[in-house]
Amino acid sequence: MSTLAPGHVVPPLEHTGKVTQLRVFLSELTKLRSVRSTKWALAAAFVLTIGIASIAAAVISHHWPHASPDDRAHFHPTEVSLAGVQIAQLAIGVLGVLVITAEYSTGMIRASMTAIPRRLPVLWGKAVVYGLVTLALLTPAVLIAFFASQAILSGRHIDTGFTSPGVPRVVLGAALYLTVVGLFGLGLGAIVRNTAGGIATFAGLMFVLPPLMNVLPASWNSAASPYLPLQAGEALLSLTRGNQLAPWVGFGVLCAYAAASIAIAAVLLVRRDV
Amino acid sequence: MIEARNLTKDYGDKRAVDDLTFSVEPGIVTGFLGPNGSGKSTTMRLILGLDAPTAGDVTVNGKHYREHAAPLHEVGALLEARSVHTGRSAYHHLLALAQTHGIPKRRVHELIDLVGLHEVASKRAGKFSLGMGQRLGIATALLGDPSTLLLDEPVNGLDPEGIHWIRNLLRSLAAEGRTVFVSSHLMSEMALTADHLIVIGRGRLIADTSVDDFVARASAKVVLVRSPELQRLRVLLEGPGVTFEGGDRGSLEVHGLTTEQIGDAAAAHQIAIHELTAQQASLEEAFMSLTREAVEFGTPVNGKTPEEAAA
Repeated sequence: MSTLAPGHVVPPLEHTGKVTQLRVFLSELTKLRSVRSTKWALAAAFVLTIGIASIAAAVISHHWPHASPDDRAHFHPTEVSLAGVQIAQLAIGVLGVLVITAEYSTGMIRASMTAIPRRLPVLWGKAVVYGLVTLALLTPAVLIAFFASQAILSGRHIDTGFTSPGVPRVVLGAALYLTVVGLFGLGLGAIVRNTAGGIATFAGLMFVLPPLMNVLPASWNSAASPYLPLQAGEALLSLTRGNQLAPWVGFGVLCAYAAASIAIAAVLLVRRDV
Repeated sequence: MIEARNLTKDYGDKRAVDDLTFSVEPGIVTGFLGPNGSGKSTTMRLILGLDAPTAGDVTVNGKHYREHAAPLHEVGALLEARSVHTGRSAYHHLLALAQTHGIPKRRVHELIDLVGLHEVASKRAGKFSLGMGQRLGIATALLGDPSTLLLDEPVNGLDPEGIHWIRNLLRSLAAEGRTVFVSSHLMSEMALTADHLIVIGRGRLIADTSVDDFVARASAKVVLVRSPELQRLRVLLEGPGVTFEGGDRGSLEVHGLTTEQIGDAAAAHQIAIHELTAQQASLEEAFMSLTREAVEFGTPVNGKTPEEAAA
């Protein structure tokens, strides 16, 4: 315990100027990397992206001699490499929700908004930092997943190369896709401000809504489904074109969902009491 | 310097803060006193711009809090509700806030030492005791070397040593010329720390006064008399508006007369007096008597208690 010396109780500090967006980026990076759950979720996304692709490739290679002609006809080596993305997107989306809702559940948001009372720089800071960290981590993850799984498949000579048509778009698109899914989660979390509610909203819009579309008349369903966030985004990850939007159009629609969620969150952040 | 003008905040149909006008001056400790639920924390949130007022206005150092380009250099705040991510260490919590203003790491270490958290600085804040959490909150408040401090119930959860430390800290900060605004629901605590008091009850201003005046105004005239001839004296003092309490064991409490009146009466009739003391109401009693009318907790509001109505 400190004894109070006469004079300055609190050591004086030369004032260091105002809050800037760049400073808020640094602060948000510190926040992101100093919480254990973030590290676990990002590590899980990284490992799953690579691990599941490798396991899928190994299983397919093993069974290839017994595969039916039909299975062989529908086989796409690039899709094997993206098997882990399906699970990674859950980790990334949920972490996106948590990045913001954990501040509300712990009360940290009061400290954040006291330091940055204009509020919006906090939201931009979180979105940019989380987006960049996700992209920086998952770009190598999808590349490693691709080369590892293709190496395994090459044992049966059923692999594909990175320069084959559409492959760079699909593989690097997977990292972009995951990043935008994470931002969509972040935007929804910032709207709902509650972890359970945020995760439920995210999972509902991404994974529950598509099967629900089946209650619609078939023509409506097939007209509307490509515009749902999951289907729209997956258009970028597909080499075959089913009932889907064009790859970059679909990805653009997913980006629009993420942008809309963050825009709504921004309006609410300024208007609501913390 | 904090200035509130007609500050009002409604949550749904409950009025939490009702037309508060006051100012908090630099150089002294100003106590913000009121029972639990009287609107202290809401007022603090309004000052910090966390909540927007329904009506009225509040400024810190001449500007709305939100308009300050570097708010941590202007105002340091400790809110009653915890404002720390439980999964983050004290060091990283302070660092993340320091970085928003470009405050160097050295400052973070200085404050961790100042509040005595050196040994637990890398532990997750969720593992902290209430007292350690308060110390971290105080380090957060002092991070930007602010000219105004806003502390909501800072002694909550502190041990006696910690409480003593806070009292000295607040007095020293005020002596340095800073504005120090401290809330409490304990009058006795404010008596030891504060120079000036702003008292609220049910969101309304009850008193804006120095601590001394507050006690003087609230104390009833009560005088303790000890005398070997109490019965004679009592008969002598009887009159309209004068009541007595006690009378056994040679002492009597006289309500409604001053020490001068009693002493003069005794001297005129040559009654020996062994003790003649004006009884000061304790601060707690003063507080209770002033807030009694304003605060009617448990009294149904539309058939509900205020807490239920707010829920």
